[in-house]
Amino acid sequence: MAGSAASRLTRTTRSQRGTEELPWVRRVLIGIAVAFASLFLVLPLANVFLQAFSKGVAHYFGALADPDTQSAVLLTLTIALIAVPLNVFFGVVAAWLISKFDFTGKALLLTLIDLPFSVSPVVSGLIYIVLFGLQGYFGEWLLDHNLKIIFAIPGITLATMFVTFPFVARELIPIMQAQGSDQEEAALTLGASGWQTFFKVTLPSVKWGLIYGVILCNARAMGEFGAVSVVSGHITGQTDTLPLRVDKLYHEYNQAAAFSVASVLALLALVTLGIKTWLEHRQTADFARAQSDPSAE
Amino acid sequence: MSIELRQVSKQFGDVRAVEDVSFTVQEGELVALLGPSGGGKTTVLRMIAGLETPTGGDLFIRGQRVNDVSVQQRNIGFVFQGYALFKTMTVHENIAFGLKIKKWKRADIAARVQELLKLFGLDGLGSRYPHQLSGGQRQRVAIARALAPKPSVLLLDEPFGAVDAKIRQELREWLVRLHHDLNVTTIFVTHDQEEALEVSNRIVIFSRGRLEQIGTPREVYEKPSNEFVARFIGVLNVLELKVQDGQSRLGELSFPAHGVPEGNTLRIGFRPYAVQISANLGEYRYRGTLKHIFFLGVLLRLELETPSGLTLRARIIKEEFNRLGISEGDEISFQIREYRVLSREGDALTQETSVAQLVSLAEGI
Repeated sequence: MAGSAASRLTRTTRSQRGTEELPWVRRVLIGIAVAFASLFLVLPLANVFLQAFSKGVAHYFGALADPDTQSAVLLTLTIALIAVPLNVFFGVVAAWLISKFDFTGKALLLTLIDLPFSVSPVVSGLIYIVLFGLQGYFGEWLLDHNLKIIFAIPGITLATMFVTFPFVARELIPIMQAQGSDQEEAALTLGASGWQTFFKVTLPSVKWGLIYGVILCNARAMGEFGAVSVVSGHITGQTDTLPLRVDKLYHEYNQAAAFSVASVLALLALVTLGIKTWLEHRQTADFARAQSDPSAE
Repeated sequence: MSIELRQVSKQFGDVRAVEDVSFTVQEGELVALLGPSGGGKTTVLRMIAGLETPTGGDLFIRGQRVNDVSVQQRNIGFVFQGYALFKTMTVHENIAFGLKIKKWKRADIAARVQELLKLFGLDGLGSRYPHQLSGGQRQRVAIARALAPKPSVLLLDEPFGAVDAKIRQELREWLVRLHHDLNVTTIFVTHDQEEALEVSNRIVIFSRGRLEQIGTPREVYEKPSNEFVARFIGVLNVLELKVQDGQSRLGELSFPAHGVPEGNTLRIGFRPYAVQISANLGEYRYRGTLKHIFFLGVLLRLELETPSGLTLRARIIKEEFNRLGISEGDEISFQIREYRVLSREGDALTQETSVAQLVSLAEGI
């Protein structure tokens, strides 16, 4: 998931010969893979849509039109709209710092960036309860100033940002490190300022990696359950995001509605996968073109 | 435009990359900074560009002290070792980059880019991306991009390092012509002594962060200021001789004592071309066996062995070799036409050497 562009590329260009298995071995292996993928991935996904439409198309759209569900959609979009741009900003800054400069504490920063991946999402949520909850360190102060973080949009946003922080930075760091700073230095010698260099040279050269990171970050921001569940408070129509809404509907024995909402999330995942595949294809095509151009050395 | 370095030093942490370097480059010169890798030459080039700040000394461009002038304001063109072309931009956009930054008018930019594409033999390649170009083309784009904003000085870091031998030769000749036509002050870094000798007006030789010698190619080749330069520029036979009975000797070779007291040692060096060979055993004073013949095109490199086991390198042109009619294993006679005293015992450079009488560090002709 956090693999660099390079590792994705070698997979498609590596020669297969010499490592090929006997035909029947190959067929058995492919069969196992297909069976596994069908059983654990395709079947459940198909089931989501089957269940969603089990009470008919009208019921499906009715469930989506429910005001509480609408509010959950709106909240999820709002959170993503705040969390993703902020994480893009921090991710780009962190990647830029790590790949272009040497400073003490660089290894520590790298570890910190990975922290959200290694910590359970529930713990990520609890961190904010401990900090900003009523019994938390800043709880009283917040109450005095009439500020609400926990069980409100700020808390959900913070938890989402924490969980999705690594995606952009992790995607950019290997690309930026591989590129070095030659192009930036060239821009400087041609008279470009630091900002001009960043926007005209650095950013365009990591464009695909950045888009890829944004898409992964967005998918996770919209789909996050654990951390958000801890800080949201599950107030119907107010602090329920889409995943929380699915959970709630399901526990209210409203299966068809739960699956209708779930199908929206599943669709989102499919679109994300589609864009991701397309991006990888583009990168590979760019790479292959660079390798095979007859006029190149 | 003149560039002057006065006692310039650069320290990276505990490493002294450049120490106390002073030299001047005159307007319109084509100067090579030459030395082994790690010699500090690239750091000097980057300091002139403003990509590194000196930790000591002063740097002047056209009489103005530029230590604190930013890279953007120095008006230099820099060609990077790996070219550093903007890979997301076309050739046209690469060359136009500096002009757009300097806010040239659109029509002027188009005209200037066309002019450069033509001058650099890149006609019709304007819409290509760097990855669609050959190594030689990329390098020309890099130089065109650096020259586009009309810099007062062109700096090149190992400009011919990344292309194959044949293209390298073409590019060298092309750079000399380009410099002749544009007359822009040019400084380039190289570790290839042959390249420096062939291309530049003057050579600045570095080793371990220090300036060893500055001079024309002929000067540094014929009058190296020390043993390092002599060995680095071309091949040098080095002998360590003991002074006995008023002569310095090693095996059957003997030279004047050059004022070295009895029993002490003297080091001398001579170029392979200074060894004269004859098939007539009586013609010259020393005897030797032709151990190996290396064919180098117009030139041949010969390895001689004297009866006492000394190995010497000689070099002759093909016609001369054909005239002599000698082959490997033949007995020949030879003499050493000219040599230089490298050091006398008591000098700092003198080292104890026992069996290895010949030391030839630099490879090549």
